[in-house]
Amino acid sequence: MQKIIEARGICKKFGKTQALKDISFEVSEGEIFGFIGPDGAGKTTLFRIIATLLIPDEGTMEVMGLDSVSGYRELRKNIGYMPGRFSLYQDLSVEENLNFYATVFGTTLKENYDLIADIYSHIEPFKKRLAGKLSGGMKQKLALSCALIHKPGLLILDEPTTGVDAVSRAEFWGMLRNLRQHNITIIVSTPYMDEAMKCDRVALIQAGRILSVNQPDKIREQFTRKLFSVQAPEKYKLIHALRSYPGTVTAYPFGDSVHVTFRSDEFDNSLYEYLRGMGITNVVIHETRAGIEDRFLELMEKGTTAIDRG
Amino acid sequence: MKRFLGFVNKEFLHIFRDVRTLIILFGIPVLQILLFGFVVSTDLKNAQVAFLDLSQDEMTQKISDKICSSGFFRRSETLLSYNDIDKVLRKNKTKAVIVFEKDFGRNLISEGKATISIITDGSEPNMATLITNYVTGIVTSFNMELAGTQAAGTFLVQPEVRMFYNPSLKGHFMFVPGVITLILIIICALMTSVTITREKEFGTMEVLLVSPLKPFQIILGKVIPYFLLSFINVILILLLSWFVFGLPVKGSLVLLLAESMLYILMSLTLGILISTVSKTMQQAIFISLVGMMLPTILLSGFIFPIENMPAGYGWVAALMPPKYFIIIIKNIMIKGTGFLYVWKETLILILFTLAFTGLSIRNFKIRLQ
Repeated sequence: MQKIIEARGICKKFGKTQALKDISFEVSEGEIFGFIGPDGAGKTTLFRIIATLLIPDEGTMEVMGLDSVSGYRELRKNIGYMPGRFSLYQDLSVEENLNFYATVFGTTLKENYDLIADIYSHIEPFKKRLAGKLSGGMKQKLALSCALIHKPGLLILDEPTTGVDAVSRAEFWGMLRNLRQHNITIIVSTPYMDEAMKCDRVALIQAGRILSVNQPDKIREQFTRKLFSVQAPEKYKLIHALRSYPGTVTAYPFGDSVHVTFRSDEFDNSLYEYLRGMGITNVVIHETRAGIEDRFLELMEKGTTAIDRG
Repeated sequence: MKRFLGFVNKEFLHIFRDVRTLIILFGIPVLQILLFGFVVSTDLKNAQVAFLDLSQDEMTQKISDKICSSGFFRRSETLLSYNDIDKVLRKNKTKAVIVFEKDFGRNLISEGKATISIITDGSEPNMATLITNYVTGIVTSFNMELAGTQAAGTFLVQPEVRMFYNPSLKGHFMFVPGVITLILIIICALMTSVTITREKEFGTMEVLLVSPLKPFQIILGKVIPYFLLSFINVILILLLSWFVFGLPVKGSLVLLLAESMLYILMSLTLGILISTVSKTMQQAIFISLVGMMLPTILLSGFIFPIENMPAGYGWVAALMPPKYFIIIIKNIMIKGTGFLYVWKETLILILFTLAFTGLSIRNFKIRLQ
């Protein structure tokens, strides 16, 4: 399959801050490729380099067969970019925003209506409303429609679901899936681990480095230990107790439970006794499948210990 | 081209949808013209004066009638003693008291001189000077009349200087060109720099950059609406000054409009330059207002004559584009001279425009920083 993005050894510094360090990855045509990582991991910087808005200090970024630095003019015709901030004209109506971006990219709303119909139909009833007066979910749909209006080969979405309610988020991912039939490659960043599962492949990114690139399921499988889910009425107390238990390797909160790994990958009655001694009863423990987040935390843990040693 | 027109269309939508922008564009110029024309006017009109006539004869009657019928003054009170002077001035309504000495008429005829005292409120120095000048002016003319009819002597009055420079006694003549100059540079520079930095601040510039629009299309698209609106502004101001202040354009109207276009263009390129060096709207506003408005008012010769400035300031003033436009517009509007008299200034404005454009193109970022 054709490669849409090929990044090799990308480095970027802002003053003394190393925003990106030796980033390499490839994205194939038609993929939904996710970048998962906390705030400040370097996702936005990386996306701006892909979108020809920043020049990397080192390394090469090839997008749709063009160098993102020298071929920026050609590239800008074929990229749909949705920045992290809501970046539409608040004082223009929904329709005016859309028409503006359509003319700027040399097309019309009619011409590519089928492409955005699925998304735009949600906000079309409000097309006379000013963009600044839309709800978060609707703004996001409008921004996506605007980024898509010229049928770009590559869609770059920087944290599109941040600040959007859960229902709209689920809808949004459904729309992205539907876009695959139009052969549009999508790269998307998100701080939400649960959204990683909806990508074809994800890159875990942290502190300017890519920790791992793989299919979401494979990333879960890469978890090296047996993982246990522990539940008890008082979660906060439970985490502290589990972390102080000598046999524990890691203990992280996960929803209403705590995900724990043990040195021996097993636990025995001494754990229950230990917890009872700490005043925690009604403990339920069962083995569970690792999620992306668990793997992410494991990789981060490794990274920091490696730095500690070195 | 279609792209470009779409962009221009969007800019117009921004302008017409924002009440504040419209107020700045059209409200402020009109307000400023009227303000400068009426309020800051240096003319006297119906200033209240009180009279203390210790002589009460035919001569004093004639002089006070002449003062009151001049249109500049109105009699507020007639006083009876020196003690009332302080009281009446303190009330703040009466701006001056005119005192005729005892036996004024007799002294004038027998000795050939008599004294009028003009007592003014020194807490308003401008007004005080104006009043003394006007009153002495009136007295001088009375003196001339007197000299014409009778052979008898002359008053000890000083010649009035103000009237030589502004014979029709109209302050608006000086202010209209100044206000046009000031308004155009502020609106053009301020509005363009703000609208471009607004795109930066709201993140829409990011999307515009990742579009096939070329930098010059973005900039030109920003400039064209303001160019048209500013031009309408010029016409509005000229109409206002004609109908409200009765100030016609003496020289060629076509030349005046052409020069205005050049000046608008120059101000717009300056605004673009400001936007390329400022990251936020606040910065842009600060540079435009502090960097442009103050120097324009203080150094362009708008209020203070450049000839009177210390040498160093004169050099700084030479770097102020408004200075040249004021010269041009005063020449065309008031003196009625033609292009031959302002070609140098026109050339300088063209050079400014080219320099600002060049710097803007060099500074415009096709990427983020």
